Amino acid sequence: MPPPGPGEYRGRIEDPPLLRGTAQFVDDIRLPGMLHAAFVRSPLGHAAIRAVDAAAARALAGVHAVLTRADLRPHLLSEFLAVGLPSPSYKQEVDRPALAGDDVAHVGEPVAIVVAESRYLAEDAAALVEVDYEELPAVADCRAALKPGAPRVHRNGPHNLVAEFDMGYGDVAAAFAGAAHVFHESIWQHRGGSHSIECRGDVAVYDPLEDRLTLWSSTQAPHAAMRALGAMLGRDENRLRVVTPDVGGGFGPKLVFYPEDVATSVAALILRRPVKWIEDRREHFTATTQERDQFWEVEIAVDGAGRILGLRGALIHDHGAYTARGVNVPYGAAQTVTLPYVVPAYRLEVKLALTNKVPVTPVRGAGQPQGAFVMERLLDRVARELGIDRAELRRRNLVPPERMPYATPLKTRGGIPVVLDSGDYPKCQLAVLDRAGWDSFPARQGAARAKGRYIGIGLANFVEGTGRGPFEPVTVRIGPSGKIHVYSGAAAMGQSTKTMLADLVAEQLGGDRANVTVTTGDSAAISLGIGGFNSRQAVMAGSSAHVAALKVREKALMVAGHLLEAAAEDLEIAGAEIRVKGAPTMRISLAQIAIALAGAPGFMLPGGAAPGLEATEHFVVDAMTYANGTAVAEVEIDIETGAVAIKRFVMAHDCGRALDRTIVDGQIIGGVAHGIGNALYEWMGFDDNCQPVTATFAEYLLITAPEMPQIELVHQESPTPLNPLGVKGVGESGVIPAAAAIVSAIEDALAPFGAHIAQTPIRPAEILALIEAGRRRHADSL
Amino acid sequence: MGETRKIIVTVNGTRHEAEVEVRYLLADFLRHQLGLTGTHLGCEHGVCGACTILFDGRSARSCLMLAVQANGHEILTVEGIAPGPDKMHPLQEAFRDNHGLQCGFCTPGMLTTLIEFLRDNPDPTEQEVRVAISGNLCRCTGYQGIVAAALDAAKRLQAAKRG
Amino acid sequence: MKPPPFRYHDPQTLGEIVGLLGTLENAKLLAGGQSLMPMLNMRFVLPDHVIDLNRVEGLSYIRESGGALEIGAMTRQRDLEFSDLVASRCPLMHEAIQQIGHRQTRNRGTMGGSLCHLDPSAELVSVAAALDATVTVTGRAGERRIEFAEFPRAYMTPAIEADEVVTSLRLPLWPKGHGWAFVEFARRHGDFAIVSAAALIEEDENGKIRRASLTLGGIGPAPVRVREVEQALVGQTAAAELFGTACEACRKLDAMADVQAPASYRQHLAAVLSRRALEAAHARVQGRG
Repeated sequence: MPPPGPGEYRGRIEDPPLLRGTAQFVDDIRLPGMLHAAFVRSPLGHAAIRAVDAAAARALAGVHAVLTRADLRPHLLSEFLAVGLPSPSYKQEVDRPALAGDDVAHVGEPVAIVVAESRYLAEDAAALVEVDYEELPAVADCRAALKPGAPRVHRNGPHNLVAEFDMGYGDVAAAFAGAAHVFHESIWQHRGGSHSIECRGDVAVYDPLEDRLTLWSSTQAPHAAMRALGAMLGRDENRLRVVTPDVGGGFGPKLVFYPEDVATSVAALILRRPVKWIEDRREHFTATTQERDQFWEVEIAVDGAGRILGLRGALIHDHGAYTARGVNVPYGAAQTVTLPYVVPAYRLEVKLALTNKVPVTPVRGAGQPQGAFVMERLLDRVARELGIDRAELRRRNLVPPERMPYATPLKTRGGIPVVLDSGDYPKCQLAVLDRAGWDSFPARQGAARAKGRYIGIGLANFVEGTGRGPFEPVTVRIGPSGKIHVYSGAAAMGQSTKTMLADLVAEQLGGDRANVTVTTGDSAAISLGIGGFNSRQAVMAGSSAHVAALKVREKALMVAGHLLEAAAEDLEIAGAEIRVKGAPTMRISLAQIAIALAGAPGFMLPGGAAPGLEATEHFVVDAMTYANGTAVAEVEIDIETGAVAIKRFVMAHDCGRALDRTIVDGQIIGGVAHGIGNALYEWMGFDDNCQPVTATFAEYLLITAPEMPQIELVHQESPTPLNPLGVKGVGESGVIPAAAAIVSAIEDALAPFGAHIAQTPIRPAEILALIEAGRRRHADSL
Repeated sequence: MGETRKIIVTVNGTRHEAEVEVRYLLADFLRHQLGLTGTHLGCEHGVCGACTILFDGRSARSCLMLAVQANGHEILTVEGIAPGPDKMHPLQEAFRDNHGLQCGFCTPGMLTTLIEFLRDNPDPTEQEVRVAISGNLCRCTGYQGIVAAALDAAKRLQAAKRG
Repeated sequence: MKPPPFRYHDPQTLGEIVGLLGTLENAKLLAGGQSLMPMLNMRFVLPDHVIDLNRVEGLSYIRESGGALEIGAMTRQRDLEFSDLVASRCPLMHEAIQQIGHRQTRNRGTMGGSLCHLDPSAELVSVAAALDATVTVTGRAGERRIEFAEFPRAYMTPAIEADEVVTSLRLPLWPKGHGWAFVEFARRHGDFAIVSAAALIEEDENGKIRRASLTLGGIGPAPVRVREVEQALVGQTAAAELFGTACEACRKLDAMADVQAPASYRQHLAAVLSRRALEAAHARVQGRG
């Protein structure tokens, strides 16, 4: 077999230990003397804590400590996790406490940490901690939270509005005043948790010899965790290290820094023993951040041909009880709405409401699926009302390729202009329509209906902001062994980051990935790092790796040329050595060059080179690069049960240059699966008292293999000019259009019943209700 | 520590004698007492399938068994699938070649489940594979690479049998 | 999510089980563990004693005797699934088994465990109701038989005493040539059904229905035999319209509501799935007309 060509799959360096069961996830860490933690958590949505009695728990054999906020206090400079991203739109600060103090504001909020010889004992003891709660009114619905007289989510808070902002541009009033048609939609969107199959976890180890605290944590952002922890503990970065072992999926919530991370660390400092806390699934449902409800009131103005003139509306977003990340989910949603299309005027008023639920932070897609859903629902409405084919209507409004780069008037949450850098959106849509048989579908649909079968087709476009800057550093270092060591601030949790970095570096330095080691997610390995989220690793870390490897290459060739007395351009790097082209006996190993550049006392460095065979690159780019795509879903509805079967799902996407198409496909398909879940299955329910009602995997439904269709992908490649690799991010692409395309298809299948869907998820009982309502309308009209 | 029992159990062909607390889950025994941490816990209520092991040749969720119940029985975990340190099982190779894993956390359960399934159904259809892994959750792959890997593994195993 | 402390007992004989049940307070029987173990891990149950039935001899068998199928309480669902006897003589159970959970859970889950857990949408519980099964239990007072109609005492609570253990299930067989179907609606493959319908039909040579059994799971606190529909069918000639009309009665049944589905949806599904099950059962009737 020929070796893999550019973009072809060559297997992953991550795989062998994962396949053999020898990988090291955080719960696989075993240390001498290690203790185990469990948390006492609030069983109530909102309550005042009158007293905590831990005497019985502390008396249990094998229990080493039960720590409350008061016990942590002497060890903390700050008792609150101030981790929200900056924004001028906050109306109040609601930072999470390290442990609850006088009150609790959501079920699952940690009140005390119990440390014992085993997790079993820790759970036994946690059950013995008596907390005297005075239950307070809880607020479950984010719309109700903003109404006058609503109970307060925090009893001492001023109100429940946590932040408020407007987004938009253009003369919206004029656009609507002059429009041929205006259509209004009320949309409810719900997204649930991340549910990485590995939950969160920490192992905190204090080393008194070096006065250093090491936190092994299943996090997407180790450097941010290190900074947050250092600030709270008053510990400088030389005495603190955060490391990620293998991470069993992230999908957003693991980028957040958590109270448990602090409490586990302090427990290790107090007890001078390693302390492990492994989140269990029940905790994940109530203590790991999630996405939740958004309520949109939107209207669109179009001309007689369906061309968009303006879009406006309001969004109320469920923020949860605290600020664990910021305004970024609703901001991302608001900013995504218009992107694929030419929208001359836009205004959205956004309100973030506190509720007595676990905080909301990004889950794969981070608001972008909701933004896309809103736009695509509005366009389906326009198409239906004006009698225009849904794809044709979109074609008329897509940003045309000749206007690329297309500067929208929008700005990212960091104030950077949103400029669509590249891509051919109409071509992408056309490609997927051809593949999916869009034009011939009406005939198939008619034939099916004649047999009493209800099939439907739907589509959705999206543009995703990827590669959020400003940078992700990479150091490439060749040591005296000749091994190429790559260190990055990127964090890996399943996206093949190590393979990506190894291959980009090997491409410049001998082509042998086996000669490359990659270290990610270690605050001690590299001083800066931003982490793994926002479809940014290949764009940011990949670009840095590429540039750093080029610099090392250049230096190695220069030094080799000096030592071999040959011109650098006559040299090539093959495997672990550099040789003169056409004269293979004239060669020198990378190890020899590294040793030469390590210096010898009293001798000059070869060729006047700077010391060391290494380079660190912080490839900085502020602008995001925008990936795009179009999804087409085909569904069949059982109109007697409301069951939806996805018969086909085709997606065309453009993430610029695909470094490895198989890995890109894997990212997209995984995202689509998540999006199907959002459309049909996943619902994190709470009752009126903010008690979660879907807190097991039997009630909270993740899609399984039999429900998943085979996903078909169509590749387009429009390299971005914004980075040297031409790559755009892909980690969230699949999830963004999925729900919109599926709901469009369901609505199409149910057209005979006049069904109109403005929500996700949409479940069988609700579909059945739509069908019955359609039948009643039909009967009434007779 | 509460009540304990001595158990004798064969794991991946190796006989182990151990003293276990009677309430200790089989998964925790494998992971923390034997150090076989390839068996993962993803939900501890019997839904996600990450902790699947073979118990006397039959797949079982090790979070829903007590270690003491393994006394006198044989267990295969993910660590015991490969024929040796230099060679992987055809199923493992197929997972690698078909990008059947991303974060890899569900992978041990997928592999053990499929070892049993392909033993009993050497020539499955795609739908049969999907049903076979319906008790295993994966959040990364959308299952597509896993299904492809299982079908590919079936072919490799058949070819190996034909020799 | 780790089990609370308890004392562990692993009796080898039925007599030992009964002895333990008679002396221990707050004891739980551990069969296949597919329901008890999650509840232990979540500490929803806090037993002082766990009595493991997995080492008891003689409780795992499938045999035909006197026109009935006798199944030992510790028979694994997996063994029922692959039993030729079950497939040929009790095809309703064979079809139902395929819809229970997943291979990993069927490998461990047992007949007796399903019966005693008594989940309202459990497949084997519905099959027992559909076939008018008899449950045999053994306690200090000896052995007694419970007609399945009397077996559920309340929601997920069987009518067995604290010192009793279920030892077997006797399922009267329907004659060769009968029709059967087990149809369920679940959100995902292997989930507990939102509603299930088990149908059995016997017809005469003219297609007239001689006998019918219709059982709905997931509707009430225990499986519901829909006598009204059964009676409406007997004596009639099997036909789609007949089934459709008769099954409308299912919409009037009292139905549960939970996070997965409101009561009205369950009532609707009851009518739809009943009709589908009866139609499928009718299509499988052999030797008619």
